[in-house]
Amino acid sequence: MNQQQQNLFRFLVALGDDSVVLSHRLSEWCSNGPYLEEDIALGNVALDYIGRARMFYQYACEVEGKGRTEDDIAYFRNEREYTNLLIHELPINDFAFTMVRQFFVDVFYCEYLKQLMNSSDETIAAIAAKAVKESRYHLKRSEPWIRQLAEGTDESLRRIKDALLELENFVGELFLMSDWEQSLVEQGIAVDRAKLQKDWDAYVQKFLGESNVHFPDSQLQIRGGREGIHTEHLGHMLSEMQYIQRTMPGLQW
Amino acid sequence: MQSVDSAAEQAEFDRKIAEEQKIEPTDWMPDDYRKNLIRQMSQHAHSEVIGMQPEGNWITRAPTLRRKAVLLAKVQDEAGHGLYLYSATETLGISRSELIDALQTGKAKYASIFNYPTLSWADVGAIGWLVDGAAIVNQISLQRTSYGPYSRAMIRICKEESFHQRQGYEIMYALAKGTPEQKQMAQDAMNRFWWPSLMMFGPHDSESAHSGRSMKWKIKRQSNDDLRQKFIDQTVPQIEVLGLEMPDPEIKWNEERGHYDSGEINWEEFYQVINGSGPCNHQRIKHHKAAHDNGEWVREAVRAYRAKQNQKAAESAA
Repeated sequence: MNQQQQNLFRFLVALGDDSVVLSHRLSEWCSNGPYLEEDIALGNVALDYIGRARMFYQYACEVEGKGRTEDDIAYFRNEREYTNLLIHELPINDFAFTMVRQFFVDVFYCEYLKQLMNSSDETIAAIAAKAVKESRYHLKRSEPWIRQLAEGTDESLRRIKDALLELENFVGELFLMSDWEQSLVEQGIAVDRAKLQKDWDAYVQKFLGESNVHFPDSQLQIRGGREGIHTEHLGHMLSEMQYIQRTMPGLQW
Repeated sequence: MQSVDSAAEQAEFDRKIAEEQKIEPTDWMPDDYRKNLIRQMSQHAHSEVIGMQPEGNWITRAPTLRRKAVLLAKVQDEAGHGLYLYSATETLGISRSELIDALQTGKAKYASIFNYPTLSWADVGAIGWLVDGAAIVNQISLQRTSYGPYSRAMIRICKEESFHQRQGYEIMYALAKGTPEQKQMAQDAMNRFWWPSLMMFGPHDSESAHSGRSMKWKIKRQSNDDLRQKFIDQTVPQIEVLGLEMPDPEIKWNEERGHYDSGEINWEEFYQVINGSGPCNHQRIKHHKAAHDNGEWVREAVRAYRAKQNQKAAESAA
């Protein structure tokens, strides 16, 4: 692979990592939701993200051209090799936390994927076109949840505020670009995430403001996902997720 | 003494049953018919919901992304069946919260098979293949049940269940044709789930508490033993295709009967698990209660939010 292909490969794996990790978290709600309807809905969102992960990984393998598969990428890399943005890997915590995180990433992806549809890379543009429809649908679900919980009881509001406080530190990284990704932007392949920050802040602040909840301008706080520096949580997730493949490698399942 | 009205209603009900017409929610029905249906349908709904636990146990550990997506979709289907069946049961005049309460206090039962643990990835295959397979045999028969909403639910659910069964069989097939270690995993899973799957059809006809009346009312259309035999007959050739050893040494084709003979079920174990002493009975209900209790603040918030919205609407209308 030349430098450009290496950057593209890195980009695709990173997007796949974002999706696979969030999908895993969402799937943990199975049989644990506050309503049976929510078990189903969260499962649906998890399925959308696992679908995205597979598309990005499959394309990454094609670009790499070494005959690796999506499962080689997902199951045979350690936490230092995973490059997801940290917000995706945080434990599900309570329902408020899960929904605030979802609202944040939904707002992000609705704009990010919309712009990614203009990628000069046709495969990436096609994946984005499929995924943006899903994210719009996800947002239609996460927004009413935030609204109901923020304007529900004292307890639900407190939980929303706790979640906001915890997630505040992880939002800035959504808009942090590295040099290799920037070079893909210059080639018209990737999207400059830094440029999405202002609108994201405005959207989120306005939405929360309507429920009298304050949220500050996002700032870069905790970072490192794209460089493989994670929270302590990812290693545990991967040890669970990769257990079969690691104990019995190289088999067909 | 019955009044003239209720005697006429009873006659009309009997006529519909005799003529294979469906009973609908707004039709008159005998109290015992209603109670019997609530028992059977809610038990069915609870089974779908509790069944999410043993299968969900492997979602986060599925061996490939494809398997993970398929399993997640499958378990999501089961939740959908639960929801659908709860709604169908509600047409009989009982609320979902009453049904959930009956489950959590042990008044209502669910399929005993889910009181067994899923210990390896192959168990996910065995459940899809054997447990869903047994459920389909039962549910195909129930498509002709006399209560309209239940019958229609079964028609819809059967379509999805047959996908689930193929999903399970496909997992078993990949393992059985894999390495010796994988094949052993498949054999072990089948051995453990075989007998509990046969138990899913319930006690022998001669011992079945609710069977007689359910058959008379056409809630139930075929006997436990007939359905169990049907399941054995269809499954044995599938075991042969997998190349696994029979889970029961007494399984043998009986030319005269035109069926497979098989060994006797351990009924002591059956009643032990039904009566709450299976390996996972406590775990399953505890898990369900914990999830439900943890969600209480969410449901409370939703109620409070709606009340506030209603109040606002009333104020702006005034």
